[in-house]
Amino acid sequence: MRRRRTEPLTVLFAALGGLLLLFIAAPLLWTLGAVSPAALMAALGEGEVRRAITLTLWASLVATVLALLTGVPLAYLLARHDFPGKRFVEGLIDVPIVVPHSAAGIALLLLFGREAIVGRLLAPLGLRFVAAVPGIVIAMLFVSLAFLVDAARDGFAAIDPRLERVARTLGASPWQAFCSIALPLAWRSILSGMLMMWARGLSEFGAVIILAYHPMVAPVLIFERFEAYGLDAALPVAALMILISLAVFVLLRMTTRRPEGRVR
Amino acid sequence: MSGGALRLEALEVRLEGFRLAPLTLAVEAGTYLVIVGPTGAGKTLILETIAGLRRPAGGQLFLDGAEITALPPERRQTGFVYQDYLLFPHLTVAENIAYGLRRRGLRRRERETRVEALAAMLGIEPLLDRRPATLSGGEAQRVALARALAVEPRLLLLDEPLSALDPATRLRLRGVLARLHDALGMTIIHVTHDFEEAFTLGDRVAVIHEGQLLQVGTPEEVFRRPNSEQVARFVGVQNLFRGRLRPLGDGYSRLHLDDISITVVGEAKGEAHLSIRPEEIVLSREPLHSSARNSFRGRITAIEDRGTLAYVAVEVPPVFTSVITHRSLEEMGLRVGEEVHIAFKASAVHLF
Repeated sequence: MRRRRTEPLTVLFAALGGLLLLFIAAPLLWTLGAVSPAALMAALGEGEVRRAITLTLWASLVATVLALLTGVPLAYLLARHDFPGKRFVEGLIDVPIVVPHSAAGIALLLLFGREAIVGRLLAPLGLRFVAAVPGIVIAMLFVSLAFLVDAARDGFAAIDPRLERVARTLGASPWQAFCSIALPLAWRSILSGMLMMWARGLSEFGAVIILAYHPMVAPVLIFERFEAYGLDAALPVAALMILISLAVFVLLRMTTRRPEGRVR
Repeated sequence: MSGGALRLEALEVRLEGFRLAPLTLAVEAGTYLVIVGPTGAGKTLILETIAGLRRPAGGQLFLDGAEITALPPERRQTGFVYQDYLLFPHLTVAENIAYGLRRRGLRRRERETRVEALAAMLGIEPLLDRRPATLSGGEAQRVALARALAVEPRLLLLDEPLSALDPATRLRLRGVLARLHDALGMTIIHVTHDFEEAFTLGDRVAVIHEGQLLQVGTPEEVFRRPNSEQVARFVGVQNLFRGRLRPLGDGYSRLHLDDISITVVGEAKGEAHLSIRPEEIVLSREPLHSSARNSFRGRITAIEDRGTLAYVAVEVPPVFTSVITHRSLEEMGLRVGEEVHIAFKASAVHLF
């Protein structure tokens, strides 16, 4: 049998696509290559860098948990029920993705600022949003919640609702049917949504910087070092953040890869 | 395990542009009721409404005399088996069966004992540690049955339980269903579009067509004496019979029903069902001397002329229905009340 000749179209498209892939990979690899392991370790040794990275990881995790508690129920409703205005709700969830993130920060500031309505309301509880960790958390939450809600909704939607109906006839309350059937079956989607949201939160700069320049998250620290001391000063922190993001990304691929059984 | 008596009182089932006429129907405790209707007649909706999974648009439901119309599904004690099994994919077979027992708060020991007993009854012990994705259709449906039976339902609802299976498996599972009903005596409501299932399994058969409950009765009543032309057209002419087989020893068997016996191909004994397609039954005015092993004399009780074809019912007894062309009907000049001869080959008899 003669081997089929590769189509010229395939060759051309592969070449064009390859350019784009190179465009993604080259800067990342270059950055990592430009920093010696010693410089990376030195950066990790700095208190300011460690604090910024810890704060970034931590704040994004809190934002993710907040979205888990409120967004997963919302995702379940969206997957299981039809109601007037459903399309509007689904659109609204995705709006933060398309709004410029600095504009999103301004919008949040308008509500959560010291003298603003929600800011004043929550101040007695000790919650300050401007130049404080809660401000970082809500900025990250706002810009990244769509990733979790959408993933969870798709996860629930892929489960045959009759599975829960069977559970009901077997004596499960709606709550038990959700916890024992829907949640475990959608768990993989929810987990990957959480990782995606967490990773997106880690990298947030625009919205965070408007609400809280200090305490400094890692992306802001990179910006500040670049502004104050130039490229060489910013490089090690940038390389560290790229490595962390890649690690999260690998984790994400691992959770989504195994297509276990068929979820019906 | 004892069955519950179910009563539907003007029950209205509706779903997005689809509706059934108000249904009134009483099912005695321990009955095996088969609801037959074409695909898309709303049979699944009826079952889901009985199970409490859908809110009826009107009417009432009673189980053992108590109204359950507003009761949530988890408090109705109905077992539900769907055509496509719907096993919980993240649980093992044993965990699937034990699901309802967990919800009832049974201890681990009791759960294991019950699961093993059910698995033994359904012949699925070797599968207990498997995942649903690895099961064949027949295995999955047995597991789904065991899972439903685990909660000792007062009412077992089966939604086309055999339709997704290959013919051999379907036959085996039909036997399982019949045995389960005999052994456990629970009330079963089974919906299907398959007449053979209705005839072999049902104590009672209900015919649903175009949103209407047309007839309820024993399988013999519904298939032999349709109460309306609609039912007759829907169930078609089946020539369905039930009798006892006795092998003849020469590759044939005899089936005794009423005062006659029919010769069939194959050697078998015991209770059997058979059907003969109406076009296989030859009609004539004179005794037939053909190779057909079965020939009888009877009286014409009805003639239904449908244009090119005519259906002629001949009471031997029982009543056989034959189809002939309109032309031969005229040529023979057949009239109701006249004596005729019928004949059919042993190989024309379909045993099931």
